Amino acid sequence: MASLSDELLHRIREAHKRRSLSWWERIYLPAIAQGLWVTAVHFWRNLFLHIAHRLGLFRDIPAAVTIQYPDQQRKTSPRLRTRHRLTQRDDGTPRCVACMLCETVCPAKCIYITPGEHPDPNVEKYAKSFDIDLGKCVYCGYCVEVCPEDAIRMDTQIHDISAFSRDGMWLDIIELLHPGTRTVTDPPKKFVQLELEGFRKLKSNPSNLDS
Amino acid sequence: MLIDLGIKLTLAIVVLFGVLNIAGLLTWVERKQSAVMQDRVGANRAVFYLPWRWAAPINWVLRKLGGLGLLHPLADVIKLLTKEDFVPETGNRFLFTLAPWLSVFFALAAFAAIPFGDALKLFGRAIELQVAHIDAALLYVLALASIGVYGVILAGMASGTNLSVLGGLRAASQMLAYEIALGVSLIGVIIWYGTLDLQEIIRRQGASLWGWIPQWGVFVQPLGCVLFMTAALAETKRVPFDLPEGEPEIIGYFVEYSGMKFGLFFLTDFVETVLVAALTTVLFFGGWQIPWLRPDVFSPTVMALLGVLAFTVKLGFFLWLFMTIRWTLPRFRYDQLMRLGWKALFPLSLANIGATSLIRVLVH
Repeated sequence: MASLSDELLHRIREAHKRRSLSWWERIYLPAIAQGLWVTAVHFWRNLFLHIAHRLGLFRDIPAAVTIQYPDQQRKTSPRLRTRHRLTQRDDGTPRCVACMLCETVCPAKCIYITPGEHPDPNVEKYAKSFDIDLGKCVYCGYCVEVCPEDAIRMDTQIHDISAFSRDGMWLDIIELLHPGTRTVTDPPKKFVQLELEGFRKLKSNPSNLDS
Repeated sequence: MLIDLGIKLTLAIVVLFGVLNIAGLLTWVERKQSAVMQDRVGANRAVFYLPWRWAAPINWVLRKLGGLGLLHPLADVIKLLTKEDFVPETGNRFLFTLAPWLSVFFALAAFAAIPFGDALKLFGRAIELQVAHIDAALLYVLALASIGVYGVILAGMASGTNLSVLGGLRAASQMLAYEIALGVSLIGVIIWYGTLDLQEIIRRQGASLWGWIPQWGVFVQPLGCVLFMTAALAETKRVPFDLPEGEPEIIGYFVEYSGMKFGLFFLTDFVETVLVAALTTVLFFGGWQIPWLRPDVFSPTVMALLGVLAFTVKLGFFLWLFMTIRWTLPRFRYDQLMRLGWKALFPLSLANIGATSLIRVLVH
């Protein structure tokens, strides 16, 4: 095996040797001209397209790869783990049966559920309050995976989450059922508890994104 | 006498404001051109509106200008002017303040000798479109360009911190390496046209070679042109020759500067870019000459104005080219820079002198 390692060593040494540049390469000017050609072609092509876009031409050929972020949003894949929401039954009450699996599995311990007794004996329990502290959440998606009722999903496509305080990162059950009802400047409410009747009344909320 | 003074003053004001405006616009060009080159959009957010109802049309214009990013230079100036004017404790306050003024003054003063048009005949007077008609204009420009480095070295030394001293020293050695190549590469031009007067050099470039090629510097001095442009780019202290500034390693000679004093150094870079573009145009690309256009097609006044236009177009092209080079090439390593300056540019420019002299003697 010694011969093999010798050969290997030789090949490594060869690979490490620097090839000396030819005269043509050493005067740099051809390479510089090539580089300038590449950038100049990009420049004139994009400049033409920018002007054409202003005149309403060639709109389907982009002149820049930029996404003007607050104005334009990047199209996200549906499987991207974005902010959570709670799914609803037909009458607007949460699907959640307060089995506490998500609260248990959560590695960041950011889910807080208050269970309540459901009048329907087939359902047994429901969540009176369901709070997520996004300041702690690590977006692992375990809560979605573990849920037996498909009650929590991470598909709102909301990812520009910001707040003025740590408490502002807190999501109560109303915000989770109807994403986008609370604005950034609203004072955060913790552990909001609603009875089943209360959830049914929420259904008339115009910003109900749930299908 | 008074009229002459008035004419000179007008020319001086036109050139000063022209250059300062072009330099200001270059900050916009730098942002926008680099963006367009790199498939980006670039600065387009700075905008302000007037609060009154009647200002609606003005606001419309402002929105359009803001969308083009043209209000960013304004925002820059406001930011620079309202920043704290900081002088380090170890620094020398007088020299520290003097340095940016020195560098911007000499860069601007060099424009006095740049002719931007043919003699304009108005009201029976021939007005040379050049602020100062100096017989040895070329030497004057080179001299001022060399003195400009004092501002940089002074800034480095007067700041009294290690990195700025290092930046100043780098600037000094870089200038030394390139100033020589710059001057020597121009001797070929002087030999060929037989004069140091820039206006006269441009006039002699109006002749033609074998009847159809304009006798521009780039055609009679191709090697000199490449050498000059390389050395002149090094003179502007911008990428790929921005060793004195070297943003990723040492911030350079202006590391301690803030506010408008820093702004002056920034302005100097752009003014020097304009200067170098103007010099390239004048020495190698026929200045205000329009090739293949006979001087008797239009009246002399129109021809002179067309010449100014031609000069501006050529200047614009070289500004574009230098900006493209600045955003295309990576920075040289320090030893590579020195090797290029002393071992490549300098001997080549000496060879250029020899070859030019030989051809000149054989042709005559």
